[in-house]
Amino acid sequence: MTTPQPVNAPSLWARFATSLEDQRVLGYVLMAPALLLIVIFIAYPFVLGVWMSLTDKIVGTPGTYIGLGNYERLFASDIFLTAAWNTVFFTTVATVFKAVLGMWLAVLLNRRFRFANITRASVLLPFIVPTVLSTLAWLWMFDATFSVFNWTLRWMWQMEISILGLVLKENWGFFRGPLWLGDPDLAMASVILVNVWRGLPFFAISFLAGLQTIPPDLYDAADIDGASGWKKFWHVTLPLIKPVAIVVIVFSIVVTFADFQLVYILTRGGPNNETHLLATLAYQLGMGSGNIGQGAAVALFMLPILAVVIIFQLWYLRREGVR
Amino acid sequence: MAQILLKDLRKTYDQTEAVRGINLDIEHNEFVVLVGPSGCGKTTTLRMIAGLEEITDGVILIGDRVINNVPPKDRDIAMVFQNYALYPHMTVEENMSFGLRLRKVPRDEIGRRVSHAAGILNIGELLQRRPKQLSGGQRQRVAMGRAIVRNPQAFLFDEPLSNLDAKLRVQMRTEIKKIHQRVQTTVVYVTHDQVEAMTLADRIVVMNHGIIEQVGTPQEMYEAPLTRFVAGFIGSPAMNFIPCRVVNAGSGLGVRLSDDITLALPDVQADRYRGHVDRPLIFGIRPEHMTEQRQHTNAQQIDFSCTVSVLEPMGVDTMVFVEIDGTEVTARAAPRSVSPVGAEMAFTIDMNNMHLIDPETDRVI
Repeated sequence: MTTPQPVNAPSLWARFATSLEDQRVLGYVLMAPALLLIVIFIAYPFVLGVWMSLTDKIVGTPGTYIGLGNYERLFASDIFLTAAWNTVFFTTVATVFKAVLGMWLAVLLNRRFRFANITRASVLLPFIVPTVLSTLAWLWMFDATFSVFNWTLRWMWQMEISILGLVLKENWGFFRGPLWLGDPDLAMASVILVNVWRGLPFFAISFLAGLQTIPPDLYDAADIDGASGWKKFWHVTLPLIKPVAIVVIVFSIVVTFADFQLVYILTRGGPNNETHLLATLAYQLGMGSGNIGQGAAVALFMLPILAVVIIFQLWYLRREGVR
Repeated sequence: MAQILLKDLRKTYDQTEAVRGINLDIEHNEFVVLVGPSGCGKTTTLRMIAGLEEITDGVILIGDRVINNVPPKDRDIAMVFQNYALYPHMTVEENMSFGLRLRKVPRDEIGRRVSHAAGILNIGELLQRRPKQLSGGQRQRVAMGRAIVRNPQAFLFDEPLSNLDAKLRVQMRTEIKKIHQRVQTTVVYVTHDQVEAMTLADRIVVMNHGIIEQVGTPQEMYEAPLTRFVAGFIGSPAMNFIPCRVVNAGSGLGVRLSDDITLALPDVQADRYRGHVDRPLIFGIRPEHMTEQRQHTNAQQIDFSCTVSVLEPMGVDTMVFVEIDGTEVTARAAPRSVSPVGAEMAFTIDMNNMHLIDPETDRVI
C-alpha cells in the first residue's frame, strides 16, 4: 500500500510557474537569454581585453601583470603615434567627404525623375557588397601594373600627345601613372577614397529618408518668403535634417574610427606604416607578432575616444526627444 | 494692394487638364473665394497665382504687371497654407520675420512689423514659442501673421481652416473677415466649403472640372444660380432636383412633378417657359422654399401634399423627407406643424424661388 501524496504540496516547477506571475520575476526571466549572449560575446571579451592590455602576455604564455607598462611603451613608439594620428586624419577626412557628398547625393536623389526608385536602390550597391570583395576589386584597380586608372590615364596621355601632333608615340611608356598604394600620401588618399565610396550610400540613403520627411509645403512657403535654392537648403533643409545627420555622422565616426578591413586588404598599413590605423596596428601587434598584451592596449586606446562620441550622441538624441 | 487678372488661364499635367481656360478679374481689396469640389482646379489656380505652379497657357497680371515668369518671391504676395507650413525649427517670431530677414529689411522695422501683426492677431505672448508648442488655432494665426508682416499686394489662402475642428473653424472664419476689414488687401481664398465661401466672400467663384461655373456675390449665387452644379453646390441643405415636365394646365402652364402633383405656374413666369412645354426638365427647389402649408399672400405660392418618410429635427426647423415619384425631396418645416412619419402632410412651395433646369445643358432656364 502506498502512502497518499499530499495533494497541496507544490512541486518545484509549480512554484517557479507561480512566481512568474510576478512581473519583476518574469521580466528578469525574459531578459536572461539576451543578457547571457551579451555577457558571453561582449562583456567577457571586453573585460578579458582590458585585463590582457595590463599584462605582458605573448601567445603561448600566461602573461604577468605589468600595470600600464604596455601603454607607456606605446606612447614612446613612433608607429603607434603615427597610427593614432592616421586614424584621426582618416576618420575626419572620410567623414567630412561622406557627409558632404552624401547630402549632395541625397538632394539629387530626392528629385523626381525617371527610374528614380531603381537609381535610389542601386546607390546602395557598394553598401550591400561584402567589404572584403569590393575592396579586393579596388586593390586590383590600384594595382601597380594592372591598374585600370593608370591604363585610362595612359590612354588619355597618348591621346593628348597625338592631338598635339607630337611624335612621341613610341615613347608613351615613360608615363607609368602613379603608384596608388605605394606612395605614402596617395596610399592614404586611396584608402580614404575607398572608405568614402563604401560609406557614401549609407549617408545618402539616410539623408534621403530624412529629406522625405520634410513637408513640401515648407519649400512652397520658403519660395514665397523669398528664399533662393541655396537659402532654402540652408534655412529649411539643413536645420530639419540635422537630427538625422548628427546620428548618421556620429555612427559613421565610430565605424570609420575602428575600420580595419579596407586598410588590411589594400595596404596592410604600408607603405612604411603611413596608412596604419589603430585597428590594423592592434591586429599586427597582437595577431601578427603574437604580442597580445600590446595589441589589446592599442585596441583599448580607441575606447575613451569612442565613448565620448557615443555619450554625445546619446545626450543629443535625448535632448531632441525632449524638444 | 492691387487687382489680379486671369486671362484664359490653363494648366495641363501630362494628359489631364486641371484648369481649362479661366477668366477672372479680381478687384483691388476684393475678397474673392474660389470654391468647388476637390479636383476642380481651384488650388491649382491659386498656386499659379502664387507662382508655385507653372502656367501652361494664358496670362496672370498682378497690378498691371504680367507675372507669368516672375518667381514667387518677386510677386509681392503672401500665402497661408492648409497645413500652415510653419518652419518647425524657428520660433513664432522667426517664422513671421523670415521673409523680411531674407529681404534685408532693417532690424527695427522687422520688430515693429512683427509686433504690429502680433497685436492684430493677439499672439503677442507666443512670439518665443515654437510651432510644436501651439494649438491648431494659434498656428493658424501665426501663419496669417507671417503673411501680414510682409504687407503684400495680395493674400492667398489655400483651405486655411480645413484642419481646424468645427467650432474653431467658425471662430477663425469670423476672425479672418475681421482681419480683412482691418488690413485692407486683395484676398484670393480657396475652400471646398460653400458655407465658408458664402460667409467670407465679396464675390464667389464656383469652379468645377477646371472651369468657372459662375461668378457673383453670395446672394446672387444663392438666388440666381446659372447652372445645375451651382444650384446644387451653394446652399445647405442642398437644393432638391425633381424630374418634371411643363404642361398646359387649364388656361396657363403647370409643372408636372408626378401623376398626382402638378404645380400651376404663375402667369408672370409662364412666358419664360412656354417654349419648353412637354420637354423633360428638372425642377429645382431649395428645402427652405418648400415649407409646411402657410397662409398665402400671393399667387406664387402653391399647395400640395405628400407622405412623410423621414424626419430630422434641427431645433429651429425640422427637415421633412418625402418621396415624389421616386425622388427623395427635402422640405424645411416649423417643428410644430410636422406630421408624423407615414402620414400625409400639406406643403407650400414658393414658385418665386424655383428653378427649371434643362437636363441637356444643365443650365437654368
